[in-house]
Amino acid sequence: MQMIIANTLAEGQIVFLAPGSGWTPDIAVGAVANTDDEAAALLARAKQDEQANLVVDPNLIPVGIENGVPRPLDYREYIRATGPTVPIPGQPTGHP
Amino acid sequence: MYRYDEFDACLVTERVEQFRRQTERRLGGELTEDQFKPLRLMNGLYLQLHAYMLRINVPYGVLSSRQLRQLAHIARKYDKGYGHFTTRQNMQFNWIKLQDAPDALADLAAVEMHGIQSSGNCVRNTTSDQYAGVARDEIADPRVYCEIIRQWSTLHPEFSFLPRKFKIAVTGSPNDRAAVKVHDIGLRMHRNAAGEPGFEVIVGGGQGRTPFVGKTIRDWLAPDDLLTYLDAILRVYNLDGRRDNMYKARIKILVHQIGADEFRRRVDAEWEHIRTEEPQLPQAEIDRINAYFAPPAYAQLDDQPALLAEQRAKNQSFDAWVAANIAEHKVPGYAIVNISLKSLRLPPGDMTAAQMDALAELADKYSFGELRVNHRQNLVLPDVEQSMLQELWTALQKLDLATPNIGHVSDIIACPGLDYCALANARSIPLAQEINRRYQDMDRVHEIGHLTINISGCMNACGHHHVGHIGILGVDKKGKEFYQFTLGGSSDQNASLGDRTGPGFAAEDAVDALETILNTYLQVRDKGERFLDTYRRVGMQPFKEALYGTA
Repeated sequence: MQMIIANTLAEGQIVFLAPGSGWTPDIAVGAVANTDDEAAALLARAKQDEQANLVVDPNLIPVGIENGVPRPLDYREYIRATGPTVPIPGQPTGHP
Repeated sequence: MYRYDEFDACLVTERVEQFRRQTERRLGGELTEDQFKPLRLMNGLYLQLHAYMLRINVPYGVLSSRQLRQLAHIARKYDKGYGHFTTRQNMQFNWIKLQDAPDALADLAAVEMHGIQSSGNCVRNTTSDQYAGVARDEIADPRVYCEIIRQWSTLHPEFSFLPRKFKIAVTGSPNDRAAVKVHDIGLRMHRNAAGEPGFEVIVGGGQGRTPFVGKTIRDWLAPDDLLTYLDAILRVYNLDGRRDNMYKARIKILVHQIGADEFRRRVDAEWEHIRTEEPQLPQAEIDRINAYFAPPAYAQLDDQPALLAEQRAKNQSFDAWVAANIAEHKVPGYAIVNISLKSLRLPPGDMTAAQMDALAELADKYSFGELRVNHRQNLVLPDVEQSMLQELWTALQKLDLATPNIGHVSDIIACPGLDYCALANARSIPLAQEINRRYQDMDRVHEIGHLTINISGCMNACGHHHVGHIGILGVDKKGKEFYQFTLGGSSDQNASLGDRTGPGFAAEDAVDALETILNTYLQVRDKGERFLDTYRRVGMQPFKEALYGTA
């Protein structure tokens, strides 16, 4: 299984290609391709949005399903998808 | 410190407006990413793993309280409330939005800061000794030459498209705190036989995937020849450095391939052409810049050994902090205070906006409003009265900025690693924090003594792992993080590259491996001997046996 990950152009935020149209920051609702043909179709859509200056550098990443939610198989992409593995300083869960 | 003249101010302000228009054109679809990327990089804006990252130069590590407050403001307004000090004495913000970047740069320009030449194949921020101007062992203040190099290299038309990036470091002291031997050019101030100060010129040092300790190509260079000689070096590199392979494009590869003698011959040949024709560096100009670095209005004081001894005897925590974090000041009655950014609760080099604001206050109150950033990702208050140390320490404690670990096991250099960086292969911060947690017993920490641990999350070596007494390199091994250890590295005046112990260790075993190394050291060291000296005396064998067995 594969998904498309990218950064939004204006904010740089990590997003996933959503089913149907558009992008979502929530990996749980991102579009998942089960076949290479589906993956190619997702990538073609993502490239259009890259051309339209909505996102930067969209890529296919392999994912598995864990507790019903997609999870990137590669730990680099997992960290990219879920954020730093250390607390964000100054945030409620991080440093006071 | 140096203040912008009308040329500096005009250049930076115009650059912000230029970048604002470029950003508008990108967001409006007039520029493609391929067209825009080099433009944003020229202003220090990268696209990292999670978001855009803005790298801001702190010229040779000198920072005013006003600038630190503005960095706090940037952190709050445009980022997530914190920033990261790097091994290049710079500051990075990890979550800047492209649409906000021009405003952030305009706010920075208001306090004479920018990200120009913090990326790209040009001369980057010149780095220096964090004790410049206040060190007791200093021959001459390196800041004046750093500033002259900054002005010379800023938008230098001939050196804006070098084969690869170019980093210059300057020290004015025989005890090198600026790692000058692992820079593209290192300048080390010393006196010639006639007693005149000048520079030893060291070329071709560097880290990354092909590390080298630099080679001396000139024993002594008169300061007024500095710019023509730098011109000659950069010209030889610009012409003869490789451009076909980015991994072989740094000057260190050229110096290594043709040899230091041949490199020197080419530089001297070029220098002969230009040394009398091109602008010299007249003493009047050196004096003009030097005036910016005039000492602050120090009070007439005596050193306070009795007071400090009494305060230290009464308070063990204060005593530990003074022992580890205070350095000798050249002016009687004053001290240099190192502020550790290696507490247990934050990634190495990270600082919250609240800490920045509060420390700016303390800099105003205790240190003439000035701070320094060092390449070990810590800060310095350069001019503190010895009689105020305990009061300052009490205030720093409340800010989690009084960790007494400078130069010790938990004072770890760590690059952002895979938690933030798009180039990284493994994480650095969690390992640094785990080591820090393991070594919380300060008696144990001080028993181990002076030690540098440097961690990089990939072979680009932003975490200086090659020159840590103990270096740790994160690698990706079949989809898992592994950590390779090197021993015996050093970035001081006796610089050396570390030797690999052998195969790397899985993430969960890495801190135990470090402990094995340190326990071995404690067993074999002579009394009072530093880790580095023990390693240089006994070599790799006992460490290898302890780590991997004798089989």
